[in-house]
Amino acid sequence: MNRPKPEPVQQVKQRRDAALRALVSGVPYIQFLGIQFERRGDELTGLLPFDEKLIGNPLLPALHGGVTAAFLEVTAIIELGWSFLWEDMEARRIDPASLDPLHLPRLPKTIDFTVDYLRSGLPRDAYARARVNRSGRRYASVHVEAWQDNRSRLFAQATGHFLMPEPEANG
Amino acid sequence: MIWKALRGAFHKGKAMDESKLEFARQFIEAVPHAHALGMHLAAIGDGGATISMPYDLRLVGDPRTGVIHGGAVSALLDTCCGAAVMSHPDAPAGTATIDLRIEYMRAARPGQSITARAECHHITRNVAFVRATAHDEEEGLPVAVAVGTFTVERPKGGAK
Repeated sequence: MNRPKPEPVQQVKQRRDAALRALVSGVPYIQFLGIQFERRGDELTGLLPFDEKLIGNPLLPALHGGVTAAFLEVTAIIELGWSFLWEDMEARRIDPASLDPLHLPRLPKTIDFTVDYLRSGLPRDAYARARVNRSGRRYASVHVEAWQDNRSRLFAQATGHFLMPEPEANG
Repeated sequence: MIWKALRGAFHKGKAMDESKLEFARQFIEAVPHAHALGMHLAAIGDGGATISMPYDLRLVGDPRTGVIHGGAVSALLDTCCGAAVMSHPDAPAGTATIDLRIEYMRAARPGQSITARAECHHITRNVAFVRATAHDEEEGLPVAVAVGTFTVERPKGGAK
């Protein structure tokens, strides 16, 4: 069999990290909250480092419920956006080097988002991972879970429905 | 969001007066995240609350259009719903969000402030039911609507 030589690992990583960076760094609100994403292959984990301005109740203190909701929603949208970007990137339909905040694949739009608050968010780092349960031509359903110290003790989870971006006329 | 220690602001007298509004306003605006988003309490009392949030480039979710991220609208709605529960005449000692569902009806217009109005329309010993809307500066169709359930904390040792 005549297999092409595998691409150097650094080149693959660089391409994927550049695509992820382009997706995340262009959104001011993600920067405002300080959310970052860690990648292993195509798996993403959202990371929300603790910051004083994320506090909702200074007496406890606890993370603001709105911050928790926003963290879950951002993680869901990025996961969904990343899943399209991944396919296009791996199929070489797009070149991540050409991506900047104003030339990104369009992100899905939230139709609805339901947050289930399981326990109060502690004043420390939080993590979230999303799972795309259905991704159709027009609609997608995404579930997302967030935890702090223990992966099995979620402090919040959410389900959202998203409208897929219209394919752009000329790529 | 988890609320405690706001009780005195609403239930000292009968009618909502300016000093109570001012107390509640200072309380809410002292919440670090509410302060970071520039939230301003416009009205509160009898299970209803109105809170506005100015347009801010840091809250943009889509850099191509300048539309505010849904997450910031969620934070505003969650705060407003909690404030509505705290102001209910049944006087909960505290409350925390159990569940909050938000439907995004349309994109908020770039450059415009967003105002949330919440109403705690039913309360039992243990659960408060809330609905809310978020409007930009255009009349008519809201940007988002929300429904939520909240816990009802009873004052310690209170028989009522």
